[in-house]
Parts: sequence; C-alpha cells; structure tokens
Amino acid sequence: MSHHLLEFRDVRFRYPDGTEALKGVSFLITHGESVGIVGANGAGKSTLLLHMNGHLLPTSGGVTVGDVPLRKETRPEIRRKVGVVFQNPDDQLFMPTVFDDVAFGPLNLGLPPDRVRERVHAALRQVGALTLADKPPHHLSGGEKSAVAIATVIAMQPDILVMDEPASSLDPKARRAVIGLLNSFAHSKIVASHDLDLILDVCARCLVIRDGAIVADGPAAEILSDATLLAENNLELPLTLQGRPAGEGTRR
Amino acid sequence: MHMADALLSPAVGVTFWAGTIGTIGYASKKLKEHLDDRKIPLMGVLGAFIFASQMINFSIPGTGSSGHLGGGMILAVLLGPHAAFLVMASVLTVQALFFADGGLLALGCNIWNLGIYPCFVAYPLIYKPLAGDGRSAQRILVASLASGIVGLQMGAFSVVLQTLLSGKTALPFGTFLLMMQPIHLAIGIVEGFVTAGVIHYVRAARPEILDSSASTAPLAAGISLRNVLIGFVALAIVTGGALSWFASAHPDGLEGSIAKVTGKRELPEQEHGIPAALKSVQEKTAFLPGYGFKPPANEPKAKKEAPSWPAVDAGTSLSGLIGGVLVLAVAFGIGWLIRAFRGKNTA
Amino acid sequence: MSFEAAYSGIGRLDRLSYRDTVVHRLDPRAKVVATLLFVVVVVSFPKYEVLSLFPFFLFPVLMAALGDIPAGFIAKKVVVVSPFAVFVGIFNPLFDPSTVAIAPGVSVSAGWVSFASILVKFALTISAALLLIATTSFPGICRGLRRLGLPALFVSQLLFLYRYLFVLMEEAMRVVRARDMRSFGKRGAGVRVFVRIVGTLFLRTVERAERIYGAMLARGFRGDVPSMRREALRPSDAFFVLAAGCFFALCRFVPVPQMIGRLVRELAG
Repeated sequence: MSHHLLEFRDVRFRYPDGTEALKGVSFLITHGESVGIVGANGAGKSTLLLHMNGHLLPTSGGVTVGDVPLRKETRPEIRRKVGVVFQNPDDQLFMPTVFDDVAFGPLNLGLPPDRVRERVHAALRQVGALTLADKPPHHLSGGEKSAVAIATVIAMQPDILVMDEPASSLDPKARRAVIGLLNSFAHSKIVASHDLDLILDVCARCLVIRDGAIVADGPAAEILSDATLLAENNLELPLTLQGRPAGEGTRR
Repeated sequence: MHMADALLSPAVGVTFWAGTIGTIGYASKKLKEHLDDRKIPLMGVLGAFIFASQMINFSIPGTGSSGHLGGGMILAVLLGPHAAFLVMASVLTVQALFFADGGLLALGCNIWNLGIYPCFVAYPLIYKPLAGDGRSAQRILVASLASGIVGLQMGAFSVVLQTLLSGKTALPFGTFLLMMQPIHLAIGIVEGFVTAGVIHYVRAARPEILDSSASTAPLAAGISLRNVLIGFVALAIVTGGALSWFASAHPDGLEGSIAKVTGKRELPEQEHGIPAALKSVQEKTAFLPGYGFKPPANEPKAKKEAPSWPAVDAGTSLSGLIGGVLVLAVAFGIGWLIRAFRGKNTA
Repeated sequence: MSFEAAYSGIGRLDRLSYRDTVVHRLDPRAKVVATLLFVVVVVSFPKYEVLSLFPFFLFPVLMAALGDIPAGFIAKKVVVVSPFAVFVGIFNPLFDPSTVAIAPGVSVSAGWVSFASILVKFALTISAALLLIATTSFPGICRGLRRLGLPALFVSQLLFLYRYLFVLMEEAMRVVRARDMRSFGKRGAGVRVFVRIVGTLFLRTVERAERIYGAMLARGFRGDVPSMRREALRPSDAFFVLAAGCFFALCRFVPVPQMIGRLVRELAG
C-alpha cells in the first residue's frame, strides 16, 4: 500500500534577482520509490532540491511532505522527514569529529545521549564507517567523507533521502561503494545527478527538468535510453547503454 | 610583533590574560544578544580564511620586502567589533598552538595587542566615522589607512610597554620605540591599502555582504565601548605597574624600570664603544631627559667591580655549573632512554 | 617560511595530536593547566637566572618521550620561531656590559647572562606549548577550555576554525600556486594581485559559510551547537597535575643544580 510522500503542486520560484528558476513544477512521489532527477546545468535541479527540505520556499504553488504542507513554520517538521545530502561533503561535515557530525542531527531532534549514541553507531555501521568515529573530517578520504555525509543524514531517520550529485568527486571504487550503499537503503530516494549510469543503477523512475519545468517523467530505463530526449537536454546515453564498437580506439 | 613568553614576567602576562579573558567573555555575551545564527559558521570559516591568508605573502613595491595580512580591520568592517575580536582571538590561539607564535602566556598579550586595538579602538573611533556610509571608495581608503596605522601603532607600543614592564630586557625605552614604531607604521600603511582594496573588491562583487554588516554594528555601542576600553587599558597599566612595584622587592630587575620613571638612577658612564654610541642614540630619542629603562642590577652595585647580582661567588658558581650540566644530562638522558625502550617494544 | 612548509608543519603536528599514548590519554584540562603552570613558573625566574632553569627541561623531555613526539621536529620548530625573542634579547649584552664572574677565572658581561636566560626560557616555554598541541588534539583542547569556563560561543568558533583550517589552506595554496606559476619573478607577487586573491578567497569563504549554514539548518540547527561529552577527571589526571606542580615548585625555590654540583664536588673530594 503506497501513500503520497512528496508532492509538488505547480511550484514556481523566482530568485531575488528576478531569475525564474521553477516555472510550474508538479509531480508526486510515493512511499518506497527511488527517483532520479536529470537535466542540463542551470535547468533548475538544485533549486528543485532546495525546495524539498524547505531551504527555499515557493513563490507560488505548494509543496507537501506526507501530510505536512511546507510553510515557514513547518520547516523544522519537514526537515525531520526529508534528509538532504548536499554535493560537497566538506560543507556537510562541519563538526570536529565524525561522531560529533553524525550526532548533530539526533541531538537537535532532542534525543537523550544514549539514544543519540545508538543512532550514531547504527548510521555509521550502515555506511561502513564505524572505525572512523573519532577522526576529524579533514583526515578522511573523499569516499569516506561521502559515506559519513550520508550517515549524518540517515542518523535522523528521515522518510526520504534526497541527494545532490552523490558521487561526483569520487574515484570509481568509492563511487561503486556509494551506489551499493544507496541500493541497500530502504528509504525512499531522490537523486539528482549528471551521472546517468548511477541513476540507472539506483533509480526506478526518472524526471527530466529543463528551463524550470518537468519535460519527462517515467521509468528510468525508458527515459535514459531515449537518445533524442537526452540530447535535447545536453545529456548523452548512459555509458552502459552506449555500445562501444570493438577496435575503435581500443588498446591492444 | 608577537610577544614571547621569554620576555614576559608573570605579573604582566597574567594581567593581560585577565583583560583578554574578560573581553572574550564580554564580546561573547554581547554577541549572543543579537546574534544572527548565520554568523556562527561564518565567523569560524572567516577565521580559517584569515589564518590561511596570513600565510600568503606579497612583495611590497619599492622595498623588496614581503608583507602579510593582519586582518583585524577587515573582520571588524565585515562582522562588527565583537565578532571580529572573537575571530582574531581564535586565529591567534590557533597560531599560538600550531606555530608556537610567542607562547601560551604571551597569547593573552597578543590577543590584546592585535585584537582590542583594531576592533574596539581603531574601528569604532577611526574607521566608522571616517568611512561614513561606506559608499565612497576614497573615504574607505582614508579610513582604512588611518585605522590601520593607528591600530598597529597602538599594538606596537603595547608590545614595548609589556616588554619593558616585564623587565627581562636591557633595551632602553627610546631605542625600542625607535625600532618598533617606524616598522609598524609601514606595516600599518600596507595593511590599510590591502584592507581598502579587499573592501572595494567585495563591494563590487557582492555589496549586500557589506551592507548587512554595517547595519549590525551599532554606533551607539561604540560609545559605551570606549569607556569600557579606557577602563580596561587603565586597569591593565595600573595593575601591571602596581604588581611590578610589589615584585620589585625581588631581585629581578623590575625596580629599575619603575625607578627610571622617577629618574633617580643613572647608568655608570660608559665612555667608549657600542654602549656609548647606543647611549647617545638613546639620549637623543628619549623624550624625557634621563628617562629610560636601564639594567637595574648596575645601580645598587655601581661601586663594586665584580659580580653584579647577589649571592654569587666562585664556589657556588662552579657547583652550579657542574650541577647544571648534570641536570641537563639526566633530563635528556631520561628522555633518550624512554625512546630507546619504546623503540625496542614497538620494533 | 613558505606556505607549503607551514602547511605541512601544521599537518604533521595535527596528525601527531591524534596518536594514542599515555600522555595523549591524559585529560586535556590537566595538560593545559600543567603547561600554563610550567610557563608561569619558568618566566617567574629572575632576569639573570640560567642554571636553575635547567631542571625544568625534564617536563618537555618527558612529555615528548612518553608521548612519542620526535625531538628534532620540536627543536626545529623552536628555532624557527625564535627571531623576535633573539632580536630583542640580543640587545641585552649591548646595554648591560657590567661584568660578572660565572666560573673561577671566567667573566662575562651581565647582558650575555640575561640573554642566555631569555633563550633558555624561550626554549622551555615554546617547546611546552608545542608539546601541548602535539599530545592533545585541538578539539580536545577546546573541550577542555570549555570545561574550564571559556564561553561556548568562543569555543565553537575555535572548533569551526580548526575544522576548516585545512580546507581553506588548501584553497589558498591552490591560488598561490597558480599565481606563482604565472608570475615570473617578483612582478606577479605584488599588492594588487594579493588583494584580488584575498578578495576571491573571501567571497568563496562567504559562499561556503552559506552552504554550511544550509547544511546545519537541514539537520535541525536552531542556534546552539549541541555537545554531548561528559568526560570526568580521572585520578591519573589529578596525579599528573599535582606531581607536575610540586616538581615546578621544588625547582623554583630550591637551587637544584647548585646542590647537585656541591654534592658531586664533595664526593669527588
């Protein structure tokens, strides 16, 4: 049985300098889905994501999470349900040690110290970073930082996990680890990325956004094999779908 | 320009630490009252920015020497005096620990010299009035220069005072001033230009940053601040002087400093050589005739030829030397043994 | 010191501070108090006292040896930061020429003795400060300072600064490298370029701060940075401070080297 989890109703957003970043975005995400969001640079992906946890408020239209409508006063409640992992882990890890970072969210939720400790250990174990608990963030590798950044959010046990470019600066091994991690989560997921192969591996559904509006919404496998649609959005077929002719440029 | 522990006496060091801690507490409390949450990460990251910027050097035109950024003024313009002071204090604390810039006791003096004067004196009393609403580039330049120069002059003078009140140096007041003030005048001018340049750059790129900070630095606070500040400085000087007076009962040279103020003692005249030359320089630069901080040990024993401090005779000295060498050998020997033992265990 | 050298120096000190030795495990408050006591006692020695300072070397030596901190590394850092103290101290021999006998038949100007005193005090106080950070992680020191009573707002500033120190240094280093690669000789390293570099770094810093603030809000931040640790002082910490304090007091008021030397001479006949 699925119910509405995240709903955008004709959301429009204009930045203070006048740029219209979202021009009537509407979609519905239900419980348990994993949805990718793709589009050209400047299409509005980041702006869209920033509305999901109330960092930005719509100029018109409405956002609802579960049964809570997004308003200035309901932001704290929304943030309990929607966990956002931003692109740069260095911006996300701002406490002196990994433990402190992962504990930040639960402590702000008002949990008592032993419950916080439980949540921290569970989250770190889930991302495979339990041994890093006492390290300062600047001693971590890129992959470790990404994993811990995810842990800081799942420690709050949100209903939805929203991620902006989760693997952009990672080496292939770390990237593969993040993909595996995401697939192991039971949360509903929204992933915005240029890495179409990652979207293909993680998401069942895909939204394409262009110039502040949704231009396609359907199964990821379909959308991401539509070369024309992708080309219109400054995108290419995922590498795994691009057949590489043998002999052309291959090494002997 | 940083004070060093080795030049300080406990009285001066502790006094300035007391003043610094008091100011940190005051600034924290004041800041918490009207704090915009966004400032919390901003202050911290700006501290890291100032720290990193201070490591970049640039060559000063016409001199061939290199300069560094101080940062107090820029911070005060962007964050207001209280926040700027806390950021400077944190930058200096990190420097004291990681770079061993001066030492832990001297940190109290350094935060005072490099934080209080730019943030609580130069900024409210010189920069703000001169810069006005911050729209004229010329006024900003004048304001930056004036406040940079004054702030650094005060800081340099403070170092001189702290060193001399501590009594560990034989450097006369006038000579020390002559060495410190002109250099810091040059540094202040450069800092003024750099400050104005950065403010100009930021105003061109993102003016809203400056406008928001201008509104959060209430000018009214500057007036009561000034009274508080004058109080602090007076307290520091009086306490430092009073404590030094008490300490002058001990043979550690401070009596000479205080006695000099009253102009009672004189150095035995040295006719030739470097001391004479320096003495003439000193006489020319002393702004009170006969004023200068001279080694105290000389006055009471001016009549004797030999040892100039009490209780030294050849016998004790030799024992002292032997014992001293032994003590050092034992101390370092213990260290070496521990390392060797540990090395064997971990090997 | 070049940017790169300074950066790696801090990096090394920072990594050393996270090791696990008996000294590292001492409570930060105990180490801060002991070090401050050490510094105050050392500088309380009179202007001309040199020999009686020697026993104090035991403190930094023990901290370094038991904390597994390379001695040469500390020594080099002490030397590197000595210029100001040396510069001021070197005038002592010039302005204090009255002679003094330090050993039978050997006399020297009092200024040299006070200069030597400054140097010894410098070596002691600076090495003690370095060993404090080498054996205590910076966040640990901050937590200790918070427990000792420093305002929470200031302490959280220190922690943020530390967290982003290396990030900002790397950013600055990249920009400086780019500048140096494109300036042949001194032309490029002038004030105008510096102002632009600093201005750019500043704006990037402000933008970063905004992103961090967004991340903080996303995890429920409402104005107070939460903290959880409640470490209690253990008997070993109290013992450490007490033992150190007694040793410092003893060496301050009892002329240990003199006594040892006299003993040796008596034994030698």
